[in-house]
Amino acid sequence: MARNHVTTTINGDPVEFLCDTEQTLLDVLRDELHLTGSKEGCASGDCGACSVTMDGRLVCACLVLAVETQGAEVETIEGMADGDRLHPLQQKFLDHAALQCGVCTPGFLVAAKSLLERNPDPTESEVRYWLAGNLCRCTGYDKIVRAVLDTAAEMRE
Amino acid sequence: MRYEVPETVDAAVALLAAANGSARILAGGTDLLVQLRAGLVEPDVVVDIKKISQTRQVTAQDGGFRVGAAVTGAELDEHPDLKKNWPGVVEAAELIGSTQVQGRATMGGNLCNASPAADSVPALIAAAATCQIAGPDGERTVPVESICTGPGKTILGTGEFVVSLILPARPPHSGDAYLRFIPRTEMDIAVVGVGVSLTLDGAGQCIAARVGLGAVAATALLVTEAADALVGTAVDEGAVEKMQQAVRAACRPIDDKRGTIAYRTQVSGVLAGRACRIALERAGEH
Amino acid sequence: MAAVEKIIENRIDDKTTDSKALKWVGTRAPRPDGVDKVTGRAKFGADTHLPNMLIGKVLRSPHAHARILSIDPSAALALPGVKAVVTRDDFPDQPAGAVQPAGEMIINYRDMTRNIMAREKALYEGHAVAAVAAVSDRVAGQALTLIKVDYEVLPHVIDVDEAMGADAPLIQEDLITEGMDPAPEKPSNIAKRVEFGHGDIETGFSQAQVVIEREFKTRPVHQGYIEPHACLASFSEDGQADLWCSTQGHYVARGHCATLLGMDVSKLRVTSSEIGGGFGGKTVVYLEPVALALSRKACQPVKMVMTRDEVFRASGPACGTSMQVRIGATREGKITAGDATLKFQAGAFAGSPVPAAAMCAFAPYDLEHVRSVGYDVLVNRPKVAAYRAPGAPLGEYAVESVIDELAKALELDPIEFRLLNAVREGVDSSYGPKFGPIGCIQTLEAARDHDHYQTPLGSGQGRGVATGYWFNIGGQTSATLNLSEDGSVALVVGTPDIGGSRASLAMMTAETLGIELDKVRPLVGDTSALGYNMLTGGSRVTFAGGIAVVGAAEDLIRQLCERAALTWDLPLDDVEWIEGEARPANGRAGSEAPMSMAEIAKDMAKSGGPIVGRHSTNAQGAGPSFGTHVVDVDVDRETGRVSVTRYTVVQDAGKAIHPGYVEGQYQGGAVQGIGWALNEEYIYDEKGKIENAGFLDYRVPVCSDVPMIDTVIVEVPNPEHPYGVRGVGETPIVPPLAAISNAVENALGIRFTELPMSPPRVLAAIEQAG
Repeated sequence: MARNHVTTTINGDPVEFLCDTEQTLLDVLRDELHLTGSKEGCASGDCGACSVTMDGRLVCACLVLAVETQGAEVETIEGMADGDRLHPLQQKFLDHAALQCGVCTPGFLVAAKSLLERNPDPTESEVRYWLAGNLCRCTGYDKIVRAVLDTAAEMRE
Repeated sequence: MRYEVPETVDAAVALLAAANGSARILAGGTDLLVQLRAGLVEPDVVVDIKKISQTRQVTAQDGGFRVGAAVTGAELDEHPDLKKNWPGVVEAAELIGSTQVQGRATMGGNLCNASPAADSVPALIAAAATCQIAGPDGERTVPVESICTGPGKTILGTGEFVVSLILPARPPHSGDAYLRFIPRTEMDIAVVGVGVSLTLDGAGQCIAARVGLGAVAATALLVTEAADALVGTAVDEGAVEKMQQAVRAACRPIDDKRGTIAYRTQVSGVLAGRACRIALERAGEH
Repeated sequence: MAAVEKIIENRIDDKTTDSKALKWVGTRAPRPDGVDKVTGRAKFGADTHLPNMLIGKVLRSPHAHARILSIDPSAALALPGVKAVVTRDDFPDQPAGAVQPAGEMIINYRDMTRNIMAREKALYEGHAVAAVAAVSDRVAGQALTLIKVDYEVLPHVIDVDEAMGADAPLIQEDLITEGMDPAPEKPSNIAKRVEFGHGDIETGFSQAQVVIEREFKTRPVHQGYIEPHACLASFSEDGQADLWCSTQGHYVARGHCATLLGMDVSKLRVTSSEIGGGFGGKTVVYLEPVALALSRKACQPVKMVMTRDEVFRASGPACGTSMQVRIGATREGKITAGDATLKFQAGAFAGSPVPAAAMCAFAPYDLEHVRSVGYDVLVNRPKVAAYRAPGAPLGEYAVESVIDELAKALELDPIEFRLLNAVREGVDSSYGPKFGPIGCIQTLEAARDHDHYQTPLGSGQGRGVATGYWFNIGGQTSATLNLSEDGSVALVVGTPDIGGSRASLAMMTAETLGIELDKVRPLVGDTSALGYNMLTGGSRVTFAGGIAVVGAAEDLIRQLCERAALTWDLPLDDVEWIEGEARPANGRAGSEAPMSMAEIAKDMAKSGGPIVGRHSTNAQGAGPSFGTHVVDVDVDRETGRVSVTRYTVVQDAGKAIHPGYVEGQYQGGAVQGIGWALNEEYIYDEKGKIENAGFLDYRVPVCSDVPMIDTVIVEVPNPEHPYGVRGVGETPIVPPLAAISNAVENALGIRFTELPMSPPRVLAAIEQAG
C-alpha cells in the first residue's frame, strides 16, 4: 500500500512527510518529525496532552489523521515561544509554579493560548471548562487556572 | 488502509458504494480514530467527507436551518442565529467532549456513530430534526429518531451517508433545552440525556411538545407519552410530574459501568423536569 | 572546618528565629527545568529515539487467572521484521525469600520476576506473557497476534473479603500466612498479619461512655500519572547495557533489572528521563527488564511505551479494602480506646501497604489503649504499587469517619474533639516510637482559626474536617558539586525530579554556599555519575537530598577555605566563609582582600587541582508530618452528585524551601483525594476483567470539577534537617477521603462507609434514608 504524501505547515514552516492512513497527527509529530513536545497520555482524546491547533482550531493531535493535515496550518508547543521570548502564558506558568512534573504542561499551554485568543477576559469558570479536556494529576489545577487568569489580565493591559 | 477525500456528494457515494461495506466515513473522527486505534474497526478505505461543501455549511432553509453533517460543535457555537433558534440543540452538540473534541466532533458523526448515549441526538429528536441522506439511489429524508436501530447500527445502506441535518422553523412561543447527567462536570459519556421542545399558544397553553431521551435504551427514544402529558396544559407542576412519570416509564436501560437501571430511570425523570422548565422559560421569551 | 560548621549552625538559627535572613530558602525562585517544560523541549520517557531502534510490545493475559500450559512464538518469529521474542524462559528464576526494602515497599525478586513476565500462571488480566521487538509498531503489533498461548482458565477472586474466604481460589497454592501464632497449616490468600498498638483494648473500651463501630469498604484506584510507562534499552554484544526510562528511582531500577537479568549491576547504566508523574507508581519496573531482555536478544536498541489501557490493566494500582474501626470515648471527649482491622488487597503478590496503614491509622491521637491489625491479601489484580502515603489515606478514612461520628455523638466541634486527643512532642505514637517535635496541634489550631472554618455554610451545604499523618523517610543519598573554572557549580543529584526538586536542592546549595542561585546548575545524573541513591518517594528528596547537598556544599566550602588559606599562608582556622567569599578571620580579619568562588576557581590548578564537593549519607531523622483539611460540599439531592465548593489544606512542612511547590503538593494531593472520594474506582466484570481501563471511564478530577484549593503552610522545624525540612508530598492525600465523607454526612445526615461516593451510591442512600 502506497503511503500518503502530505504537504503541510507546522509552526509556520513548510513540512512534507509520508504517512500511513492510520497514523495520527500525533504519531507523525512525535515519531517522524521528532516534535516530541506534544505528549501521548491516552491516544483517545481524553487527556489533552497532545493539544495542538489546526487551522486555528484547538484539537487533540491523537484524534486527527496525519493525512488530514494536507494543506493545513498546524501549531504545536514548539512554536509557542517567539525566538528567545517566551509567550506570556509560558512565563506565567513558571512564575506561578503552575507545573510540577510538566508532562501535561505543553497541552495546557496550547489550550490556554487558544482560549485567550478567543476570550481575552475569561472568568475562572470559563477557564476551568475550557481546560476540562486537559488532565493534570499533579497540581490540582489551582495554579494553572491562576496563571491563565493572570496572563489574561496582563495581556489586556 | 486507503484515504479518500471526495469533493462532491456523488464522488463520496461512488467511493462508498465501491467499497461495499469496507469503508468508514470520516467526519470529525473523534469516535472513528478511537475505534481504529483499539482495533474495533479495520476498514479498507476511509472516506473523509469534510471537503464536500454541503457537509460543512450552515444555511437558512424554509425558516429553519440546514446544518452540514460535518460542521463541528465549535462552529455551531459560533453561529448566533442557530444558537438563538435552537439553543437546546446547540447546547447538546457542545456537550460532546472537551474543547479539543469540539474542534472536530460533528452532529452527523454523533448521530451515525449510533451510540445510545450520543448527546446531540435526544435534542435533535426533540427538535423534530430530519436527515438528508445521499446514496446510490439518490437522496432521501428521514427523521433523526429513525436513523439508529441499535448500538452502532443505523438504517444507512451501502453507499449512503448523511449529508446534512435539517432543523425546522422555530414556531412562535416555543423553546427547547437539553440536559444530561455525568458523574464529573465534563469529559464523561451521558448517563442520561433528555431533550425537550415545547410550543405554547398565546395564552401559555402547550400546543406541541417533543421529548427525546438518551442513554436509557438501545437507541435514543422519542417519548410521545411524555409529550402528550404536556400538550393541552399550562406546563404546570402536575403536568411536569406526569411527563416525568412517562419518561421513567419509557426507560429500558441497562446496568453498566456508567450507571444502574434504577439510577438512570430515576434521574431521567429529574432531568426531564429540569429541561422542561428551561424550555418553558425559553418559550416564554421567544 | 570549625568555621564552616559555625556558619551552618548560624544559618539554622537564622531560619528558626528570623527567616528573612535567608536569601534563597523560602523564596519562589525560578525553576531550573522550567523553560524546558514550558517549551516542549524536556525529554520524557517516550521522547528519546536511537538509530536502529526497534519497537517492543507486550502480549498480555486476557484472563484474570489461568495456568499457562504452553507458549509458541514460532509464527511471530517467522514474521519479517520481528527481531526477538521473550517469554518466561528468558528470565532466570529467583530464589525464594530474596526480599529487600525499597522505599516504602518490600521487594521480593521471586515475585518480581513473575510480575514482569508470567511463569506458571497468569495472575491478572493484563499480566505480561510474552514480548516482541520488531522494526515498527505495526509489525510488533501483528507479531503479538501470532504468538500462541494455551491457557487453562482458573477461578479468580478480586474482592478482598471473598479472597479471605475458606473456599476462595488460591492465587499462590503454597502461601502460608506470616505473622500468625500458631502458623496456619493450610495455605490461603492471606500473605501476612500485622499488629501495632499498646495498652489493653478491652480495658480502654470499658472506660468509654460512647463507643462507635463501623465497617468500611473502598474500591481499588490507580495513581493516574499522565505519562505512561516508557523506556529505551540498548544492550551491546559485550554485555554492557544502557537504559533510559521514566522512573522514580534509576538506581533502584538498575538494581531490579540487573537482578532480574542476572547481570552485574555496574554493567547497566540507567538514565532517568523527565518523569511525567509517578505518585509511587514508578518505583517499580515493568517494561524495563523486558526491553533489556529483548535488546539483549536482538542486539539492537528497543523502545517500549505502554498504552493507557496497559497502564490501567498492568501497572501501579492501589488497594481496595475492607476495614472495621471501633473507637470509644468518655462523655468529656477523651478517647479511651481505638481498634482497627484493615484488610488490604495486595494484588497477585504479597506486599500491600497495610502495615503502613495500620501504623498511621491512629497516629494523630494520644491513646492509652490502641490496636490496629492488618491483613495483606492476594487477589487477581496486578501487584499494588505505592500510591502517595501508601495505605495511610485508607486507614485514616475509616478512623477519621468514626472520629467525626463520635464528635457528633458527643456534641463537640470536630476540631475541638481532635485537639482534646491530639498527639504532641514526647507522646508515644500509636505504633511505637515517641514523637519528637511535631505539628499536629498547630495544624488543627490553624484550621480552626482559618476564615474557611469560621465562615457560615450556605443552605444545604456540608462541611467536613479530617486529620492525616505520614512518616516521611530519609535513606541513602549522594550529591556532588563540581566547581567550574569560572566559579559556577554543577550540582549533580541522583533522585529523579518529579515536581521541582532541582529547584529546592539548588536553592539549599546556593543558600549554604552564599552565592547567586543562577550560579548553580542542578542536574540529575545517571547511575554512573554518583554513589547510590534511593528513589524519589516517601517525601524524602528535599529532606535527604537537602542533607546531601548541604553536606556537599560544606565539603566544597571546606576546600575553598583551604585553598584561600594556602594562598594567604594562613592557618585554616583563620579563614571563614561568608556570603560566598573566603575571608581572613579572628585576629587576621581584614588582612587580605576576600576571595570569591570565581577567584579561587580561576587559580585552582595552581592551588591543588579540581575542587569537588561531595556528600553521601543514609539520611535519618525524617520529620513526620500532620495535615488537617477542611472541605465544603454541595449535594444535588435529586441526582446524588457531590460538588466540592471550598477546600483548605493546612499542613506542617517543617520548612517550605520553595513555598510555591509546597503549595502545589498540598493542592495536588487534595485533588487526588477528591477523585478517590467521589468518582475513581476500578470496575471489574464477572470474569475479573477491567471495564474502565481509560481516562474516559476512570474518572480523575478535571479542571471544572474542583475549586481553588487554599493552603496554609505550618512550619514546625525538623531539627534533623539543616533548614528544618519535613517531607511534604504524601501527607496531603491522607485526609481528603474522610474530610469529604464527613462533609457529605454533614450535608445529608447520612454516613457513607463506602468509597467512592459516586452519584448512584449517593442517590441510592438518599432514597433509602427517605
